[in-house]
Amino acid sequence: MSAKDITYSEKPFTAHQNNTDYEVRSQNAMCVNESKLDKPLSSNIKYGLLGILFGIVFVKAEIISWFRIQEMFRLQSFHMYGVIGSAVVVGMISVLLIKRYNAKSIEGEKINLESKKFNKWQIYGGLLFGFGWAITGACPGPLFAQIGTGASVIIVTLLSAIAGTWVYGRFRTSLPH
Amino acid sequence: MKKNYTMLEWIKQPWPWYIAGPLIGLTVPALLLLGNKSFGISSSLRHVCAACIPSKIPFFQYDWKKEIWNLFFVGGILIGGIIAAQLLANPEPIQVNAKLSAELATYGVTNYESIIPKDLFAWSELLTARGIFMMVIGGLMVGFGTRYAGGCTSGHAIMGLSNLQWPSLVATCCFMAGGFFMTNLILPYILKL
Repeated sequence: MSAKDITYSEKPFTAHQNNTDYEVRSQNAMCVNESKLDKPLSSNIKYGLLGILFGIVFVKAEIISWFRIQEMFRLQSFHMYGVIGSAVVVGMISVLLIKRYNAKSIEGEKINLESKKFNKWQIYGGLLFGFGWAITGACPGPLFAQIGTGASVIIVTLLSAIAGTWVYGRFRTSLPH
Repeated sequence: MKKNYTMLEWIKQPWPWYIAGPLIGLTVPALLLLGNKSFGISSSLRHVCAACIPSKIPFFQYDWKKEIWNLFFVGGILIGGIIAAQLLANPEPIQVNAKLSAELATYGVTNYESIIPKDLFAWSELLTARGIFMMVIGGLMVGFGTRYAGGCTSGHAIMGLSNLQWPSLVATCCFMAGGFFMTNLILPYILKL
């Protein structure tokens, strides 16, 4: 909490009349622990490089394959369970170590992790995403990798997902939360 | 038998889960250590909305440029897909469980050249009833569902569980439950269309 206050008390950015930028962005799981450092656009290249490695793993381990997702939801293969399970174990150990040793980022900032807030409507959102995942065989990340492999028609799926996000944003205030 | 694979041939084979899973898990500390970023991909869809079609909707009224790292990351994923497909492609057909291929054959899905079945996901299929379900309605559900759930497989299942967040466990269980329900009870009817 205190880290957040320090970051934002200095210069709250007003993006909308009644909302500070922080409030809008923190709605619904977004990376709000942004850096205070003033960095050029090129500082983002490292995330692009990491994305490239990540995309290669996605394709080579066939995580972006519609067939693998079907096998997962029909309990016909251990592959996806192994991928997600071992990813979570490695992620958990890493986060534990980062917290244990109060690790700082390479830019010297203290690493802070936001807690996820729960509301029961996430259940319905989660189920709906599960339906979409089973049909398309892709979550948002794999959609980008699928397009990269040359399946140009997946652009339509990606645009539909963007449209779905927009519809959520449009009706957010009328949806129960 | 002596293995005389070259390194490249070895890399071109499909990678096993125990290589891919830990590498994906390492993305979590990599993003945190590189710049204090929490792993999450579906937010990128929101940033695209905020950048291109904000339409005065409060949910999209924020400074998306502060989140631009996320767009670099998904751009990288796309380039990674190109590299994997152009340079590291597996020449063999996709291996799938025999039960699955037998069932898919009844829906006319018999092409295993690509990890994305060309019989289902193709421009020529787009304007069929099945194609609209598979590509358009499926995509809408992914986009709407991830935002309503507050994250996707990366933000909830991997990042959230890594950080021991119980809401993420609930969300992950719902993703799986939705997937099981759709795959086994509804999707067969869509595939028959």
